[in-house]
Amino acid sequence: MRTEVHFRLNGQAVSAQVAPHESLVEMLQEQFGLYGARESCGQGMCGCCTVLLDGVAVPGCLTLAVLINKKEIVTVEGGQTLDPVQEAFIEAGAFQCGFCTPGFVLMTRQLLDEYPDPDEDQIRHYLSGNLCRCAAYPEIIEAVKLAARKRKA
Amino acid sequence: MKRASQPTETPQVGRSIPRLESWLKVTGRAEYVHNLRLPGMLYGKIFRSSISHGRIKRIDTAAARALAGVHSVVTAEEIKSIVPDPYYGPAFLDQPVLAVDKVRYVGEPVAVVLASDPHVAEEAVHLISAEYEELPAVYDEVEAMTSKAIVHDVLKPAGTYPDLKHLQGKKNTNLALDFRLRRGNPETALKSAHRVFEHRFRTQQVMHTPLEPLVTVVESTEDSLTIHTASQSPSFVRIEIARLLGWPENRIRVRVPFLGGGFGAKLYIKLEALVSVLALLTKKPVKISLTMEEQFFTITKHATTFRIKSGLDREGRIVARECEVWWNGGAYADIGPRITQKSGFTAPGPYDIEHVAIDSYALYTNLPPAGALRGFGVPQLVWAYESHTDMIARALGIDPVEFRRKNILREGRPQATGTKMKDAAIETVLDRLEVLLDWKKPFDRGGGTLKRGRGLAVGFKACISNTTSLAAVSVNADGSCTVYCSSVDMGQGSDTAMAQIAAEVLNLPAESVRVVHSDTDVTPYDMATLGSRSLFHMGNAVKLAAEDAAGQLRALKDELKLPADAPVPDIFRKKYGMRAGSVTGTASFNPSYTPPDANGLTENATPFWMVGGTGVEIEVDTETGRVRVARLINVADVGTPINPKIVETQLSGGSIMQLGFTLFEKLQFDAAGQLRNASLAEYRIPGFLDLPGEIINEAVSAEQRTGPFGAKGVGETATFGLSPAVANAIHDAVGVRLTELPMNPESVYMKMQNK
Repeated sequence: MRTEVHFRLNGQAVSAQVAPHESLVEMLQEQFGLYGARESCGQGMCGCCTVLLDGVAVPGCLTLAVLINKKEIVTVEGGQTLDPVQEAFIEAGAFQCGFCTPGFVLMTRQLLDEYPDPDEDQIRHYLSGNLCRCAAYPEIIEAVKLAARKRKA
Repeated sequence: MKRASQPTETPQVGRSIPRLESWLKVTGRAEYVHNLRLPGMLYGKIFRSSISHGRIKRIDTAAARALAGVHSVVTAEEIKSIVPDPYYGPAFLDQPVLAVDKVRYVGEPVAVVLASDPHVAEEAVHLISAEYEELPAVYDEVEAMTSKAIVHDVLKPAGTYPDLKHLQGKKNTNLALDFRLRRGNPETALKSAHRVFEHRFRTQQVMHTPLEPLVTVVESTEDSLTIHTASQSPSFVRIEIARLLGWPENRIRVRVPFLGGGFGAKLYIKLEALVSVLALLTKKPVKISLTMEEQFFTITKHATTFRIKSGLDREGRIVARECEVWWNGGAYADIGPRITQKSGFTAPGPYDIEHVAIDSYALYTNLPPAGALRGFGVPQLVWAYESHTDMIARALGIDPVEFRRKNILREGRPQATGTKMKDAAIETVLDRLEVLLDWKKPFDRGGGTLKRGRGLAVGFKACISNTTSLAAVSVNADGSCTVYCSSVDMGQGSDTAMAQIAAEVLNLPAESVRVVHSDTDVTPYDMATLGSRSLFHMGNAVKLAAEDAAGQLRALKDELKLPADAPVPDIFRKKYGMRAGSVTGTASFNPSYTPPDANGLTENATPFWMVGGTGVEIEVDTETGRVRVARLINVADVGTPINPKIVETQLSGGSIMQLGFTLFEKLQFDAAGQLRNASLAEYRIPGFLDLPGEIINEAVSAEQRTGPFGAKGVGETATFGLSPAVANAIHDAVGVRLTELPMNPESVYMKMQNK
């Protein structure tokens, strides 16, 4: 039994047929070929599956696809060019294996929307729900500071 | 990153360029096996053992098979129709593709359900039931030495390693290797020593926890297999699957894109044998992606017990050391017996000791298998010998730095095996730690309920040998360069390092070099991406292959009577009359090695040494036992860095990972061998709030003369010293000695109460 949902995905109006148990991550991967949001822990503990739902970061592996009707979804694949956050992550070398990086990029955008000039403590707390097993945390802090400067420039 | 002095910078080597694949990673477009979906693909979900040791009496799969949407259910019976003797492993042929007759740990794969919808497969798994005749089990590594519970009826060494051959056919034992080293006369020396100290240390079982869980996709044709897998060892996968199937290697193609972390979890055979057989059975593409929970039942890091005893003379010199190490290998040996030996021979630490005895035991138990995890056993050893070293220094009333300096293993002096130290900046690392810690200056010891302390530790590691890397480097008609190698970039930055090395030789910008990912149909053999060996072994192979290509270009210029500075496109245009052709340089690199004799001694134990030291300043909350690292200092001998920024990230990342193993990570088993915390909700790994206040990373000025442009591996170096440095600092702060990891608030607090 599938339900049709209509929503905006990275700025485009789209629709999909989704099963009641289907997660947002599964739908993005299977129906839209978007793999940037990826399931890792499956419990909402790691942040690898982060997507923006109406501008708010949510774990895509715990969000049911049927609930996104008429909502706005943004994934890391949105945007034609690199934004200041992505540029900063590259320049600061803020990743190793890259598996968690999309989640960090999206969470950092939300952080900088809320706190355009965050101090180190704010960065640590705001991003504490995202895990990086390679532990590129010091570089991520640098990247966030750099992105804040880039956004202001 | 701070450096004690600047290396000679050449144009490409020594540049901190961003990783070549940066754009792919920040836009979510990097290729992982995780992303792969093939037409008609089936998903496999695994039914696992619920008991730790027992004979399988019955597996009831009828209800699972009857569920709508289920393609098939597979047990060992079906596996045997493709592989009659379905056992694999790098050291022992002990691990079945699916459990045959017996299960040996909770979580062992027993059956697989296949369906085109993974949710259907998972639902069907819950409809399977199994009956077992339970057998006595053993969990503790020391008890396993003498336990009546025997994990494997007969030992079956794989035949690859000569030092395991004597175990062929052995029964009634859990011992998968007893590595023994004797140098000098330790017994006598200990008897006549002025002071003798003996301590016992333990480390806990932990898990690698790569955020990309293990995943394999296999597609088959009549006579070939393509295995897409998140593996650190594609060449090994090809050889081992070829052996299992009795096929020539050229019918098996192993492709590896990027890995979402590895840390040793993705070595040898993990899902590859199972998924290959499933693809052959069903004649359809098959994918198995483990959940995070399932990873905990797949591969872990050895828990250990280490008894260490040292004899000292009147001047505070260590004259004799006795080391006995028990490695808890779990139910299948994986690479444990190699860890037991290759790291075992460094158990006395980086000290100049005349009389040494080492006994290092690989043991089977009824726990999830243990293998290599970022350090190949060395962090467990350093934990013990650097805690022990500190305890002796404090007991003797000698400053811990002075005590180490008095005993340190200097360049040219023989290590326990008899191999003389070369290009190992142990003393420099100690010196720099002392400086960066301001060791000689007064230290703020805190007050009230926050006590401050500081500690340090220095460890070293041999690189596993004998191993081989091959590489090919092509220069195309337009002068662009392609590197073909089977090193796997799992986040450590090997693609970028290899590009920098090839670019240096060929005088190109590193950013313009393409590195082809592991594909055994295309990229030549490599032993594996493990043990910090790639930069040294593959780096040398890439350098030699690039030099070979450069030599071919020079020869073409001579042949065509072109000037030495002729641009590359001109060479090909003149040779072929148009933009056509290419040259490919090839090379293999296999450093020399001498196996140990009957006493564990050899003049040539390793192609290079890694040296890592850690200093910490910590705060202990005396009301809760919580330890906070205020300042963390990593000092390492990494030779001459190829990419200083990536080196720094490796040092920093390795130390933060080890901080989790030091302060809180632990697999918790109940009395029946059931793992109770197999999820990230219950098994915490370091996050932002666990970060030390300040982290300093320093590569000392050093050169590995046999390395590519003076470089050597760095992936594991910062894991060596952290745990004992923290234990030493806790003792410094509150006067209690922790001898077991992790040092979580509860254990620190209880120790303080029982002081």
